[in-house]
Amino acid sequence: MQHINFILSLADSNLILSQRNAEWCGHGPVLEQDIAITNITLDLLGQARNFYQYAARLINETGNMPGHIATEDSLAYRRTEREFKNILLCELPKGDWAQTVLRQYFYSAFCKGLYFQLLQSQDQSLAAIAEKSLKEVNYHVRWSGEWVIRLGDGTAESKQRIKQALQFLWPYTGEMFMPADFENNNGIDLASIKKQWLLDVQTILEEATLQMPAEHIFMQSGGKSGTHTEHMGYILAEMQYLQRMYPDANW
Amino acid sequence: MQKQTLDIKQEEKKVWDILGHITDPEVPVLTILDLGIVRAVHYDANTIEIVITPTYSGCPAMDMIAANIRMELLAAGYQNIQITHVLSPAWTTDWMSESGKEKLKAYGIAPPNARQQVCNNDLFAPHEAVQCPLCNSYHTHRVSEFGSTACKALYQCDACKEPFDYFKCH
Ligand SMILES: [Zn+2]
Repeated sequence: MQHINFILSLADSNLILSQRNAEWCGHGPVLEQDIAITNITLDLLGQARNFYQYAARLINETGNMPGHIATEDSLAYRRTEREFKNILLCELPKGDWAQTVLRQYFYSAFCKGLYFQLLQSQDQSLAAIAEKSLKEVNYHVRWSGEWVIRLGDGTAESKQRIKQALQFLWPYTGEMFMPADFENNNGIDLASIKKQWLLDVQTILEEATLQMPAEHIFMQSGGKSGTHTEHMGYILAEMQYLQRMYPDANW
Repeated sequence: MQKQTLDIKQEEKKVWDILGHITDPEVPVLTILDLGIVRAVHYDANTIEIVITPTYSGCPAMDMIAANIRMELLAAGYQNIQITHVLSPAWTTDWMSESGKEKLKAYGIAPPNARQQVCNNDLFAPHEAVQCPLCNSYHTHRVSEFGSTACKALYQCDACKEPFDYFKCH
């Protein structure tokens, strides 16, 4: 069950960030970047689906829920807020463009380290999903990193906005590296991912002429164990509405 | 025993021929074999298994492609069709056939460059030199890394001024 919860947490973080980023659809600052962020959103959704499909298969194999078949849809649309295990960072509002690209950079740079370790997983199916996702994540890291630099080393206004985003988002970055109970003994070395992540972030922020925030401040957490921010219920309400109102509705 | 093996080979070849006529819904000049997403066909005691792999995790065409495969095989009289999705080894543009690349170009989409010269993930890496599919000039520039579908980037030719899609290296 620990292993299934770990896979669900990966699925949830990707799904919730995908749902958040999708709010930019038709609202991007320019057409090309509107398409860029929605393409990234689609990648995240695809990755979430791969994780959900695999989790559903494992849940059904355990046979713990007779008469109930888990599917990618039941996992995404029929679980409650307390059952979602995504990190808080992913559920925060999209904010302005600065907040969106900086959050994307923080998350994608983390996923890059995580999926790289998962390539060595004993679980072949999980390693295969990581292999597929990693190729896409590399694009996301580069795109969002370039935007952080562009805004930080840009105009007075863009610099002000990215600074605000950094101040707001930073306390939510620590949760990525705090192991939840389902992350103990799963072969993932979060400490080494953190070390590389801090180095990567520092490089980008320096290039963006921004100051690296203090590492040891109070960090928000709770998402992995189902205690979410006040923003979470609203996302689920919107995302799950149709399946709650019309269960099993189909195209 | 030997005859049975031969029959299986013949059945599998017939199925490959059918698959060779199914096109990608987003880039209709390419068949799914040109695209390189069919990994295997297994024929075994009246069950036919088709193993496919997605181009991108979120590629919305995959569900439609799977449905089209099922429909075509049903129409050809096959039953017990199983479509299996595999992720590893991950698809890259290297899986695309040479004839597929030629068809893309004739359709007005620049085909993916050879792998070794691209796929650089350095920040602000120089854009790939992509040949204009219309006038063959290399004097082009990238408008956006992300284009009309997940697999394409948007370019413009500086020689003939035409905008065009580039099937990006992946
Ligand atoms: Zn041209």
